Amino acid sequence: MTVATTAVDLARLQFATTSIYHFLFVPLTLGLGPLVAIMQTIWHRTGNEAWLRLTRFFGTLFLINFAIGVATGLVQEFEFGMNWSVYSKFVGNVFGAPLAIEGLAAFMLESTFLGLWIFGWNRLSPRLHLATLWIAVVGTWLSGYFILVANSWMQHPVGYKIVNGQAQLTSVWALLSNGFALRAYLHTMLAGLIFGTIVMLGVCCWHFLRGHEVDLFRKAAKLALIVAVPVTLLQLVVGNRFGEAVTSAQSMKIAASEAQWNTCDPCGFSLFQIGGFSVSDETPSFSITIPRLLSYMATGSFSGQVQGLNQLQHQEQRKYGPGNYMPNVRVIYWSMRVMAFLGVLMFLVAATGAWLYWKRKLERARWFQWTAIAAIAFPYIAATAGWVLTEMGRQPWIVQGLLLTSKANSAIVGTVWLGVSLGVFISLYLVLGIVDFVLMRRYAQPDRPMSREELPAPAVTY
Amino acid sequence: MNLQIFWFCLIAVLWGGYLVLEGFDFGVGMLLPFLPRNERERSIMFESIGPVWDGNEVWLVVAGGATFAAFPAWYGTMFSGFYLALLLVLFLLIVRVVSFEWREKGEGTRWRKVWLWANTVGSTGIPLIWGIALSTLLHGVPLSSSGDYAGTFWDLFTLYTVLGGIAFVVVFAFHGANFLTLRTTGDLCRRTRLAARALAVPAVAVGAGFLIWTVKVAVDRNDKDVFPPVLPAALAIAAFVLAAILVYAGRDGFAFASSAVGTLGIVATLFTSLYPRVMVSNPNFGNSLTVPGTASAHYSLAVMTVVALIVTPIVLLYQGWTYRVFRHRLGGDEPVPDDGRELRAQPEA
Repeated sequence: MTVATTAVDLARLQFATTSIYHFLFVPLTLGLGPLVAIMQTIWHRTGNEAWLRLTRFFGTLFLINFAIGVATGLVQEFEFGMNWSVYSKFVGNVFGAPLAIEGLAAFMLESTFLGLWIFGWNRLSPRLHLATLWIAVVGTWLSGYFILVANSWMQHPVGYKIVNGQAQLTSVWALLSNGFALRAYLHTMLAGLIFGTIVMLGVCCWHFLRGHEVDLFRKAAKLALIVAVPVTLLQLVVGNRFGEAVTSAQSMKIAASEAQWNTCDPCGFSLFQIGGFSVSDETPSFSITIPRLLSYMATGSFSGQVQGLNQLQHQEQRKYGPGNYMPNVRVIYWSMRVMAFLGVLMFLVAATGAWLYWKRKLERARWFQWTAIAAIAFPYIAATAGWVLTEMGRQPWIVQGLLLTSKANSAIVGTVWLGVSLGVFISLYLVLGIVDFVLMRRYAQPDRPMSREELPAPAVTY
Repeated sequence: MNLQIFWFCLIAVLWGGYLVLEGFDFGVGMLLPFLPRNERERSIMFESIGPVWDGNEVWLVVAGGATFAAFPAWYGTMFSGFYLALLLVLFLLIVRVVSFEWREKGEGTRWRKVWLWANTVGSTGIPLIWGIALSTLLHGVPLSSSGDYAGTFWDLFTLYTVLGGIAFVVVFAFHGANFLTLRTTGDLCRRTRLAARALAVPAVAVGAGFLIWTVKVAVDRNDKDVFPPVLPAALAIAAFVLAAILVYAGRDGFAFASSAVGTLGIVATLFTSLYPRVMVSNPNFGNSLTVPGTASAHYSLAVMTVVALIVTPIVLLYQGWTYRVFRHRLGGDEPVPDDGRELRAQPEA
């Protein structure tokens, strides 16, 4: 492992740090938003005050989290121009459009309507106030769509032509309906819902563990489980289908994620292996493999062919000239597994929780409550691994097949500036992360009494 | 009018919208340590901009995104060239964003004080840097023949550009005071009005000085005639003078409208002075980046034009509606409405 020393390395490290950090907060916003909106809707329909209290409780967590998502999102937009000016000039025609549209059509919507929701409790009619939250939620989901359209274009460029060394848009429809983008979108939104439900379930279990407001949080746990079980299951299927799209668009990424050095037909899926991650060491010293499963996952058929890294490397060299076109196999292999295994684990947690709820044991099953609290970490780790797989798996390309990462950074921004800005972001983000964690914990914890008198006027006037 | 010019104008409009709207919430942020006498008044000041600052800030996000999409080469050169300045902006923006949300979530006066000052520092520093950066586009920086930035961080600082930064700060402080006068009652309102009066003359002086100098820079360094830049400049100066008179006359609403028009006038003057260039090169004027030289191809611009024409009116409608919903004054005898954000813990007696 070499320390990042060149400008490109530092710029990559900075983008990885800031975007991974950003995405720790975004999916919880995406997932908790609709859940809070559902709670408020139930309260609106039934008038049951418990749901108002839950709306407020989880709404507070939602907002603490949202603030950092917004703040760190700004960095992403500026960073393209600051650190990757060659990239920006190359892709702006195509990539810029969904970003600009995201700002105008989606981010504007969520920011404005969230402001209305936060401050509008006593100013808007109950129905209108509820609508502001739903509109903000639609804004966050639209926002995710445009961002993934932009990102997917880097993975699988469509609807463009190259003119004077610049990518130019030729079909906005192709850009917006990019199959890669639609699958990535579904995958990411499901991940958001998993974040929301797993965090909610963990918080509920924390309250059960302390025997605090058990009746109230049983309702929330039920809602979380009703959403979590189908969503975690569906995600396993969608993740798998997404893998097929990656196979056709980025064969190298799939081959690396399986440490598949040579073309195979049919191919077994390696569950775990020691060694086998470099050209000089292609055969693992130990591995557990399920026959034919990789063929199925990558192609949809149990006898499908999966191309190997060596063969792909040959093809790419013939196409693009000499160079190393393989990503870091070890990192890609493990990030894929961390993501997939945690995905299965989260389904098991949700399913077990649902079964316990069904048997009316959820409030007493302390072992499960501890598990659910620990499981709060799972979606965070899984999403991070997923993005590492997506972005590092595309290397050495910044735009698949069109532009190399090593040629895309700002020529005039040297290692000193990059080092300084990296230092600034890391220290700032550390402080933000700590404060956020402390605040989230404080507002989620059972010891914090939720007094009824604190309920503001709406409970009476609505 | 071709689409390139349309997008140049639209980016000017986005900056205008951003600075008019966020301008007053910057102003309120600058006044935070000085106007309120107690915690309640501090909360009122925060709440006066609480529901709207985030929506205001999105105008910047859209301006950035639009520059990326419509003028990629401008975006790439400007953002990589103004590296440290933008890093500072990002730092201050982040600190300011979380200050809104976190100040009331923590406990203790020290905590609240820290985040109040964080907001003030951000609210002062960000417009200072934007003022410097935007006037630098006109004043010129060294650009290479390939259109890359060839200067250093210090090339951003000249007497003119620093005056630009100071003008933004003073004008927004004045604009913010005008806004706050409309949103408060009682003693806080009275003190805010006094602040607006105190700021009126400096805002006119610094604002007018910067505007006149801008026209001169446009002529000297960007090959422009006095006309048309002088037109928006004159309008802006007139608006600021009028705003000052209205403040002294106690016509708060009109004063706020006038300072808003003046702010728009500053942006209009800068962009009119800039056109047809987007970033002036000095020395080697020939290396300057231009609208046609940096613009995206016609198809991209056409697509975004359709989206902008459909979505922008909707955005203006719902943002306008937001200001209507939160038009009431805060404070006075009426209890401060609960912002409904949380179930606060009651300290157990």
